[in-house]
Amino acid sequence: MADTFKPETPEQVRDAIAWAVSEEAPLEIVARATKRAIGRPMQTANTLDLSGLSGIGLYEAEELICQAGPGTPLADIEAVLKAQNQRLAFEPMDLGVLLGGGEGRQSIAGVFACNLAGPRRIKDGAARDHLLGFTAVTGRGEIVKSGGRVVKNVTGYDLSKLVCGSWGTLAALTDLTFKVLPAPETETTVLLHGLDDAMAATAMIAAMGSAHDVSSAAHLPAGIAAGGVSGGATVLRVEGFAPSVVARVDALKSELARFGAGIATLDGEASRALWRDLRDARPLAEPRDRAVWKLSVAPTAGPEVMVAIRNAVPEAACFYDWAGGLVWLGVPPGGDAQAGIVRAAVDRVGGHATLIRAAPEVRASVDSFHPQPGPVAALAKRVKESFDPKGVLNPGRMTAGV
Amino acid sequence: MQMPEPDRDVLARRSEIVAALREIVPGEGVIADERGMKPYESDGLTAYRTLPMIVVLPETVEQVAAVLKYCHANGVKVVPRGSGTSLSGGALPLADGVLLGLGKFNRILDIDFDNRTVTAQPGVTNLGITTAVQHEGFYYAPDPSSQIACSIGGNVAENSGGVHCLKYGLTTNNILGLEIVTVEGEVMRLGGKHLDSEGYDLMGLLTGSEGLLAVVTEVTVRILKKPASLRALLLGFPTSEEAGACVAAIIGAGIIPGGMEMMDNPAINAAEDFVNAGYPRDAGALLIVELDGPEVEVDTLIDRVREIAEANGSTNLRVSESEEERNAFWAGRKAAFPAVGRISPDYMCMDGTIPRRQLPEILTRMTRMSEKYGLRVANVFHAGDGNLHPLILFDANQPGELDRAEAFGADILKACVELGGVLTGEHGVGVEKRDLMPEMFSEIDLNQQMRVKCAWDPKGLLNPGKVFPTLHRCAELGRMHVHRGQLPFPDIPRF
Ligand SMILES: Cc1cc2nc3c(=O)[nH]c(=O)nc-3n(C[C@H](O)[C@H](O)[C@H](O)COP(=O)(O)OP(=O)(O)OC[C@H]3O[C@@H](n4cnc5c(N)ncnc54)[C@H](O)[C@@H]3O)c2cc1C
Repeated sequence: MADTFKPETPEQVRDAIAWAVSEEAPLEIVARATKRAIGRPMQTANTLDLSGLSGIGLYEAEELICQAGPGTPLADIEAVLKAQNQRLAFEPMDLGVLLGGGEGRQSIAGVFACNLAGPRRIKDGAARDHLLGFTAVTGRGEIVKSGGRVVKNVTGYDLSKLVCGSWGTLAALTDLTFKVLPAPETETTVLLHGLDDAMAATAMIAAMGSAHDVSSAAHLPAGIAAGGVSGGATVLRVEGFAPSVVARVDALKSELARFGAGIATLDGEASRALWRDLRDARPLAEPRDRAVWKLSVAPTAGPEVMVAIRNAVPEAACFYDWAGGLVWLGVPPGGDAQAGIVRAAVDRVGGHATLIRAAPEVRASVDSFHPQPGPVAALAKRVKESFDPKGVLNPGRMTAGV
Repeated sequence: MQMPEPDRDVLARRSEIVAALREIVPGEGVIADERGMKPYESDGLTAYRTLPMIVVLPETVEQVAAVLKYCHANGVKVVPRGSGTSLSGGALPLADGVLLGLGKFNRILDIDFDNRTVTAQPGVTNLGITTAVQHEGFYYAPDPSSQIACSIGGNVAENSGGVHCLKYGLTTNNILGLEIVTVEGEVMRLGGKHLDSEGYDLMGLLTGSEGLLAVVTEVTVRILKKPASLRALLLGFPTSEEAGACVAAIIGAGIIPGGMEMMDNPAINAAEDFVNAGYPRDAGALLIVELDGPEVEVDTLIDRVREIAEANGSTNLRVSESEEERNAFWAGRKAAFPAVGRISPDYMCMDGTIPRRQLPEILTRMTRMSEKYGLRVANVFHAGDGNLHPLILFDANQPGELDRAEAFGADILKACVELGGVLTGEHGVGVEKRDLMPEMFSEIDLNQQMRVKCAWDPKGLLNPGKVFPTLHRCAELGRMHVHRGQLPFPDIPRF
């Protein structure tokens, strides 16, 4: 018997989870079900579908807060914010581009539960920096709330940080309150042509260390194009009030002239289109069977990690975001998706590698999430048990046995 | 305020415990005489004082780990302490506990300008980080008013904020990595110089956990380049309603100032008496709005804010034309606490947050409470994010005044929660607001938080008696009623 429960109230979510506990029948937790292809494939017979708890409950532009049900499509929220010239500053990526199954479909709960962010992460933080409070049902079948609806709040443990990035393994979110921010008046991207990876890293570090408030810095190696920009380009985004953007772009251009690269700029929609593609890792989407990794390391370590990986996997394709600290990596399919090589290269410099796209049989045998040192893993397991002692919520999705 | 009953068995073993700790931390690192321990008897919340059983001041991570391991094995409680500036009693010692002071961890370990990080030991002061990098034009953004004294470890434990956190975030948004030691003496690293967590965000959970989950022994923070230009506006308004409307209009116009502080009339006058900053004494509310960034941006926004202020009824408007003038604008705000300290024998600093638009309502209520309790109150706020710091004036030498001041403070915080806000914006729960937690959280909510504590500290030895109003055994919290085979198949739409 495989059932999909589709509750319409938090109490119904509680009933479903209480039943799952009593029957020891683990649940797969989904909101809009756009990220099923990430993580260890699960053996759950039943599904808890949160898309019925949907809708924006409260949006106070002047208080910079918005509250919504878990199943609310991100696209709906973004449209409402846009009408007030606001946005989610952390620029949640759309995994639909890599995973297939359509773009623009993900839910707000998915954005937070998977702690997604985009190129602006280096300036404005990730989803975890914007969740102010939530209500959820734990694996004990209890409705709990944490945080609040104000930004300044240190009352009790910050459980919002824990649920962000927990991939539905701690609690089923039933309500989220998050911070929103004004959208910039305008944006311009400065392009430097022809730098190699190492030089590009130096240029990005110089840009981020300047006072020109660069909000994103990425590098497309030769052969990797995005948003109409051909490969071999280092791109720096400047956003804000119009006169300020003009002045900062000028200052940045003269400061980076020493790199001897051809310098150009992209404005408005052309700039937005480029960053949308980088955000969604579109340059690596094709061929569809390529395995895709997301590596997070210190910015200066990005190119070094790639040298090590390319030595062992010459077909590896990549581009850099987060000033070099985020490496989007594509490798040929099959085997262990080069997990051994990728993780060894990352471990040498410190950081983590997440397998974002691979065939189910690969994900069944390779850890999608970077394995943690023993003591940290043991602690994480105890934290999981404090929320979900019977392991009924997305069991094994992040780590086998958790 | 009730603290857990001291464990007589532990007190009876005191000399044996002192001897064992001296084996781990030699020399002056273990203090066991009353005079030596006296400076540690309270933190910034001086109304509460307790002499600890023993003070231990380790110098190495190995010593911290060994002390914790020993205490854990022997059932001895431990209270971590940084600089002792907490305003909520988080570092209040326990009579049967070891006070673990991290003041000797005062070295900067790594400065990495390319990756824009600083790694410091937890006893380094908040300002010490900025001091170490300012020669290259960098700084560490969160700036609590106590920054010359408070430690970065304490900042992590309290998730401290400052005047600039509206634009630049709190401690939690500005740290990248931690080294911690668990109560069992296990040393772990969370994060590093890279972004985001590889599993559950344990670093995020630890930030603001008030020393109840683990001891922080190393912190890696993100540093930023100093903005090219800084200017401020000093805006007087007839009432706080107009000032509040001006704040909303500034944010509504898409402007997030570097800092936006408000003071009410009693605070304005106390500050003016103290430092002569040139504040308008007759204003009902004063706003300081600081803009930072490239020069053109600051100049453009100064004009926009000026227009907004005029449209919202500002009666007194000045724009800083020099660094000197900008500092003068801030002088009164920065001296607000000592200024109030001058006009009253004692004062208590509260720390609630409200949704910003409730500002007039909370002020009206505070005026009524002030009459009811017969005590004066002066207000300074972080206006941009609705974080209030009401300063309640009292005289501890007058019988009953401390109790009245505490009741007044509790009423303010309950009102904050009632208006959609929270008990504490940045000072922490500690012992001060511990018993008010049920105003904001149900028993189920609090039990879940305590279960998280159990995952780290099953014996409840790390800073017990803080944050949670009642102590439960972890075994009891972990118990779960399972209705094996008894619950009906849930009556929920399905397919
Ligand atoms: C005049 C004044 C102004 C202030 N202004 C502000 C302000 O603007 N913003 C603000 O947020 N706060 C402010 N504070 C409060 C206080 O300074 C902060 O909470 C600060 O972060 C405390 O740091 P500390 O080193 O003094 O910590 P302590 O007071 O020593 O300890 C605070 C808590 O942290 C724990 N702790 C300390 N170090 C560690 C560690 N290494 N590992 C684990 N736990 C630890 C303790 O157990 C305790 O619970 C102010 C205080 C004063 C006195």
